[in-house]
Amino acid sequence: MILGLARSWSLAGYAVAALLVLPLFALIFQALQPDEAVFGHLLATVLPTYIRNSLLLILGVSLGSLLLAIPCAWLIARCEFFGRRYLQWALLLPLAMPGYIVAYVYTDLLDYAGPVQRSLRSIFGWSSPQDYFFPDIRTLGGAICMLSLVLFPYIYLLARTAFMEQSLSLAHASRIMGCSPWQSFWRLSLPMARPALAVGVALVAMETAADFATVSYFAVPTLTTAVYDTWLGYGNLTAAAKLSAIILLVVFSLIGFERFARRKQQLFQKQSRIQATDLYPLTAVQTAVALSFCCTLLLFAFVLPFSILLSYAIGYFEQSWDERFWQLSVNSLSLALITSLICCLIALLLMFVRRSSPRPSDALPSRLASMGYALPGTVLAIGVLVPLTMLDFAINDVADVMGIKGPGLILTGSVVALIFAFCVRFVAIAIGSVENSYKRISPSLDMVSLTMGQSPRQLLWRVHFPLLAKGLFSGALLVFIESMKELPAALLLRPIGFENLATYVFQFVSDEKLEHGALAAVVIVLVGLVPLIYLNRSLEQHS
Amino acid sequence: MTNTLKLQQVHSDYQGQQVLQGLSLTLGQGEILALLGPSGCGKTTLLRAVAGLQTISQGEIHINGQMVSGDSAFVPSEQRGIGMIFQDYALFPHLTVAENILFGVAKLSAAERLVRLDDMLTLVKLEGLAKRYPHELSGGQQQRVSIARALAYEPQLLLLDEPFSNIDAQVRYEMMAEIRSILKQRNVSAVFVTHSKDEAFVFADTLAILNQGVIVQHGSAETLYSAPNSRYVADFLGSGNYLPAAVLDRHSVATPIGDLTSLTPLAFLNEFSGMVFLRPQQLTINADEQGVGMITERRFLGAFCHYWVKVETASIAYYVEVRSQMMQLSIGQKVGVTTEPHSLVLFES
Repeated sequence: MILGLARSWSLAGYAVAALLVLPLFALIFQALQPDEAVFGHLLATVLPTYIRNSLLLILGVSLGSLLLAIPCAWLIARCEFFGRRYLQWALLLPLAMPGYIVAYVYTDLLDYAGPVQRSLRSIFGWSSPQDYFFPDIRTLGGAICMLSLVLFPYIYLLARTAFMEQSLSLAHASRIMGCSPWQSFWRLSLPMARPALAVGVALVAMETAADFATVSYFAVPTLTTAVYDTWLGYGNLTAAAKLSAIILLVVFSLIGFERFARRKQQLFQKQSRIQATDLYPLTAVQTAVALSFCCTLLLFAFVLPFSILLSYAIGYFEQSWDERFWQLSVNSLSLALITSLICCLIALLLMFVRRSSPRPSDALPSRLASMGYALPGTVLAIGVLVPLTMLDFAINDVADVMGIKGPGLILTGSVVALIFAFCVRFVAIAIGSVENSYKRISPSLDMVSLTMGQSPRQLLWRVHFPLLAKGLFSGALLVFIESMKELPAALLLRPIGFENLATYVFQFVSDEKLEHGALAAVVIVLVGLVPLIYLNRSLEQHS
Repeated sequence: MTNTLKLQQVHSDYQGQQVLQGLSLTLGQGEILALLGPSGCGKTTLLRAVAGLQTISQGEIHINGQMVSGDSAFVPSEQRGIGMIFQDYALFPHLTVAENILFGVAKLSAAERLVRLDDMLTLVKLEGLAKRYPHELSGGQQQRVSIARALAYEPQLLLLDEPFSNIDAQVRYEMMAEIRSILKQRNVSAVFVTHSKDEAFVFADTLAILNQGVIVQHGSAETLYSAPNSRYVADFLGSGNYLPAAVLDRHSVATPIGDLTSLTPLAFLNEFSGMVFLRPQQLTINADEQGVGMITERRFLGAFCHYWVKVETASIAYYVEVRSQMMQLSIGQKVGVTTEPHSLVLFES
């Protein structure tokens, strides 16, 4: 804390935070505008279906992820068997797979012309679809399966930690009192892990609510696809804002649920600090069952789709490895680089103000700025469009009045909108990273430099910045990766003719020829693996 | 003699609670003052208020005659010219020993900086370690770097916040004596915060004992130890026995162990009845079958023994703790109890 820190620091913090929350408030403002024509029509016709689909999708993916994650988490946390150490981190790999890519690969495998149905037909001698039943993957159920496969690691991760932290003496006590291992699991382990599972479900549900690409590819109409169509199809910002507001409502209630669950989780973990060190050794048969469950899951969620993707990429390497691919990579890289730089600067400023200001209210800017992370890409894009469109019009109007030719859509028509949106969405990651690093800097370092005649600016530059460098770097890296992967916001906000790796891949997915974009898709998956390495390393240090 | 530091009626609130409640104090040039008190008594708050790291709600703080905190003035930390040493040493982990020491040294040429650095390294006996990083040093060495860093900056006043609590007990007192002589050599005034009376005795010239945000007593260690002005001070500086006492005349009192005589006139008048405070080493015992006391517990401590002696008069039993060189007394032994000649300390009941 620096007594008498100049107000200009606080002001700068508030100004930046205000800019970053602008899309959220603009969206709410726009959603409150009257618009009977389009929204009324939607409400009367398709909106109930969209809402029902969205809710069913969220419910289904939550349940599906739970069913996949709990057995894995319990086996890894409490049992000793061959391969456990590898599976422990391998089960995180599906997080790197974008849902729409998995969806595409499985559609290719399972549709009428795909290898699975072809071989079934040749084995059983069927000749037409009337001869047999085969489930259609391009449905709501299919979307639930695809998203569960890539999102279950969120729950796995939290449940594993929860199971690991459960005191072994409690398990022993329950066994002594006559519980079988199964009963002990149902009556003890599972109820105690409930808060952690709830947090995991909330995260999965939020990711599902934000998903656009998978449902769009499967042509399952949900709220996110509705926002996309309303804006790009009808060009109606108000109706899109109204739809976005409904998604926001869902997301904010999920956040509330997550906060609530997290509070309970802390309570539960306080009671049992002792780490389980003894693991149940599994017999050969049990090991076989455990391994086949985990490995099958891993196979379907990551190994199979990634191998197919790789084979596409290798097969179409000649066509893909061209000028165009480089251009896309440069677009993606420079966009991500600029975003991560800006995010780091903002995080540094906001967290410095929060740490140093003697005014308690100065914690607010960093909190406000972090809210953007909750906004799904589609919603965010609409939120960014509202104020930037207004600003663009205003600039051109002013130019008209002054009698000069207007510059056109210099904000919404350029990458400015895209970079702004990415910053709003990802600055929270940089803030979190800087916040963590700041926790490790003893406040007495601040005091000692102040007493030695250093100004706040010198403190920031000579002491904080070098000590935060690592945290800033990892924050920048995570923002970079997220910016490379982000799809819906890029789709809605990119200037005409502008493509990056993500939009390019999605274009090919929509056009049913991912083979041509497979190289770019592989790059996206590989980039997505980087944060998992980080995550795993921090977990290993933790345990 | 000028006053390096002067506090007048300083009040400070923290989260609605009064931490400092009208505290006044002066510190002369070159004086080392220990602020002594239990945790939560406000001693760290006081130190931070002096450093300008915390505001005060009332009163004034002057450093070298200049008001730095008060109704109409607040001088920020970076302009107060003070040095501060922390419990965790607060060395910059990304800087070498040399860079740490020269961190606050500005307005010197490169050559002068080198001279200053060598000077400091010699002073704290860390020659040859200039290129090391803090994590490559032992706790004691780190502490010495933090002292060198604070002195290199040539502060008018040095503030030390429990600087020895993380140092091994075996080297702590040696280290304290060393640093004390460095401060004396440079004639630096210092305020030293601690909860340990032993550290305060070794390190400081004067002691100020704090309780709930006020200074209870301020003076030399000897004065505070032998003439505490309250039971709080008496107890804080070491254990002792309280026995009922009735003043007989200017120099003597009647107590359950017999009549005691004071070397100096008593602070209370005849007819006063209160408590006499006797430290364990001020009492002596000797085996005496007719004595007033009986040993009920014995603890052997090497150079001496601690005995608990039960003294019974008019069916009320008192237990007194006696520190004695007599090793051979056993439990159940009847003993006579007398006092070493000293100035008696009396308190109201």
